[in-house]
Amino acid sequence: MKNIILKIFRYDPEKDSKPKFIEYEVPFQPKMRVLHAIRYVQENIDGTLTFRWNCGAGRCGSCAMEVNGFPRLTCKYEITEDMKDLTITPMKVFPVIKDLLVDVSSMLQIAREIPPFSPKDTEEEFWKIMPEDVEDTKEFRKCIECYICQDTCHVIRNHKSNYIGPRWVAKVASLDKHPMDSVNRSEFLNKRGIWLCNVTRCCQEVCPEHIKITENAIIPEKERIVTEHSPITALRRKLFGEKDE
Amino acid sequence: MTNYKTIACDILIIGAGGAGLRAAIAAHNAGAKVIVISKTLLGKSHTVMAEGGINAALGNVDSKDNWMVHFRDSMIEGQFLSDYRMVEILTQEAPERVKELEYWGAVFDRTQEGKIMQRAFGAHTYRRTCHVGDRIGLEIMQTLKDQIVHKNIEIIEEVLITNLIVKNNHVLGAIGVELRSGKSVFFKSKAIIMATGGCGRVFKITSNSWEAIGDGVAIAYRAGAEIIDMEMIQFHPTGMVWPENVRGMLVTESVRGEGGWLLNNKNERFMKKYEPKRMELGPRDVVARAVYNEIEMGRGTEHGGVYLDISHMGKDFIEHKLPRMVAQFKEFAEIDITKEKMEVAPTVHYMMGGIRVDSENSMSSVNGLFAAGECVGGVHGANRLGGNSLADILVFGKRAGEFAALYVENIEFKESDREDMAREFERVLIPFKNKTDIKPQMLKKRIQDIMWEHVGIMRNEERLLKALKEIEEINFLSKKISVAGDLKYNHEWIDAMDVQNMALVCEMMIRSALYRKESRGAHYRSDFPKKDDRNWLVNVVCKNIRGVMKLSKSKVPEMPSNLKKLLVEKS
Repeated sequence: MKNIILKIFRYDPEKDSKPKFIEYEVPFQPKMRVLHAIRYVQENIDGTLTFRWNCGAGRCGSCAMEVNGFPRLTCKYEITEDMKDLTITPMKVFPVIKDLLVDVSSMLQIAREIPPFSPKDTEEEFWKIMPEDVEDTKEFRKCIECYICQDTCHVIRNHKSNYIGPRWVAKVASLDKHPMDSVNRSEFLNKRGIWLCNVTRCCQEVCPEHIKITENAIIPEKERIVTEHSPITALRRKLFGEKDE
Repeated sequence: MTNYKTIACDILIIGAGGAGLRAAIAAHNAGAKVIVISKTLLGKSHTVMAEGGINAALGNVDSKDNWMVHFRDSMIEGQFLSDYRMVEILTQEAPERVKELEYWGAVFDRTQEGKIMQRAFGAHTYRRTCHVGDRIGLEIMQTLKDQIVHKNIEIIEEVLITNLIVKNNHVLGAIGVELRSGKSVFFKSKAIIMATGGCGRVFKITSNSWEAIGDGVAIAYRAGAEIIDMEMIQFHPTGMVWPENVRGMLVTESVRGEGGWLLNNKNERFMKKYEPKRMELGPRDVVARAVYNEIEMGRGTEHGGVYLDISHMGKDFIEHKLPRMVAQFKEFAEIDITKEKMEVAPTVHYMMGGIRVDSENSMSSVNGLFAAGECVGGVHGANRLGGNSLADILVFGKRAGEFAALYVENIEFKESDREDMAREFERVLIPFKNKTDIKPQMLKKRIQDIMWEHVGIMRNEERLLKALKEIEEINFLSKKISVAGDLKYNHEWIDAMDVQNMALVCEMMIRSALYRKESRGAHYRSDFPKKDDRNWLVNVVCKNIRGVMKLSKSKVPEMPSNLKKLLVEKS
């Protein structure tokens, strides 16, 4: 059976002046995933290799890294026969804690800022929500928060800005599309850089859950904000007392 | 003494899965200062992997359902080993917890009348399992996470708790390692809630995440808490068998709930031999043993499983009801389950046993030490009803949080013994001082192999004794483990600490399995194949008496007559 070579990024920013790449030889197995190869290294060659994983089943979104420069969910990304060597690096947009493990605490900060779900007042003890009314929000609720979309987004990669990134626009969309929600989050999106996204669709291409982030979250949210701020809407509001949708 | 920092709070919650987060919300709402400790990142805990759904007798689909029928189903499934009061609480309060999830923004699948949809699950009288396709765990975790985040409840991620500090049977705090820095921390608290989940990862083939190694149970045991029913490990009948790398990955019971068939290599629906009435939707222990038996008798598949087939239900139906399963098989095995059969075999799924707690207030036998969720024993008896674990974590998570908050109202901080603390700080550093070639990864693997080989679906005295001998040896070797590298996020060091906890949990499991000389629910002994109600309607208790593991029987309490009446099936 053939072996594959993993070139793994090793770095402790508190100790090392710069990162180094170390090569490890791992026996190839059919249908092997990148995470299996990394775990093989930790279990058999160097126990101190640091990376993050939990479920190994594509459910928790912990094991995102870059494989040959592309962000991947490593528990799902298959190593095929034709791949000889793989370079494994941490996600670029987050600070490295050690080796492949990054600090994603900034994500928790953004989560705190998003205006939370606030249900409309109703008299019903149990809500009556029809099956067709939950379809739209469901797509965004598949998100496992692997942050691959954040790592792919060139606004975040290349510019210092206050853009929250695709994960969080999708989160906002999941709340906005909730049939019982009563909050308007346009102001928040406006303030947090949604206009910086120039809809190149990179984020939705890499999403392991196949969420159409650009088409179904970012574009509709932008359109909604535009409609709300259009002079026609303002006039209608004035004349007919219409409320925000 | 090692340099350490102290962090104080009223209630320390160890574990950030569903039980821990629900407990945190409850304790916070009751006015306590709470800190939640997570071994991993917030939202990644094992609850996130739950697929099928959460049980609540809402009667949305089958209007005859109510908590009393749910009570009966749960008690029967648990083979009367469950704590009846806990089951009563569970079944009565589950609807309220589901409703609350919805108020907090969770979006369940709906019926045509606009109610929460409920599906069939194994050994339920009625369709009762509320669901979100086949990703209920993610929906629950995201909903609870939103609450934690917006209530500004403090959560400290990537911390490993190694032991509790206990004096005169009162909890005073916990010692842990902040993984990102490698620094030692003393968490000074008036009460602690254990919510550390299960122990599937002590077996080679499991549906569980890496962090499910039973460490909370080991820590509570060392602190003097009573541990019960550790012989009761649930084997889920359907885990993936191939590819080798993902062996054990869960295939949700919903596949059978939505109409899937189990077939052997002769294309027979073999469940008709084992459970003619309920077929594929029999109790999990019965179905798991049937699958095991078919494979043993040579009627298995190429990769050592049996077939699970739902293709007859049609592509649209399957894609709508089981989207994750479609993706899982497509991505990991290149199998299209809307057209092809799956190959499945039993996988270790759930720990019914765990920390013994008071059924009313969720406190263990150690004062101030509460527990909730899978690390607790008693709710599920000898076998858990599918869909009851998610109800369990929310119902008892909330109760543990509330009672812990009540408890701390009248408690002052007490000073911990500096010697006790110093001893623990020293203990965790031993692997750096040892100079041997014993590596923790090696021992971890050995534990997983032994447990799968000898403490699996079919047990007997010979195999169990063999396993015990091996585990004792590993326990001995674990003290000599040597690790490389430094303190900062060092997986080898984490493994070293894990191995000791794993070996202890396994010892409890094996000794309890040897002790129970009958077969009941998930615990099957080929040398005692019959159920023996006269001698074994008891919980097996493990307790640490001055460093020695003592086992004893504790009689299952007599049910009051109003609950007994519910057990008679009305047709």
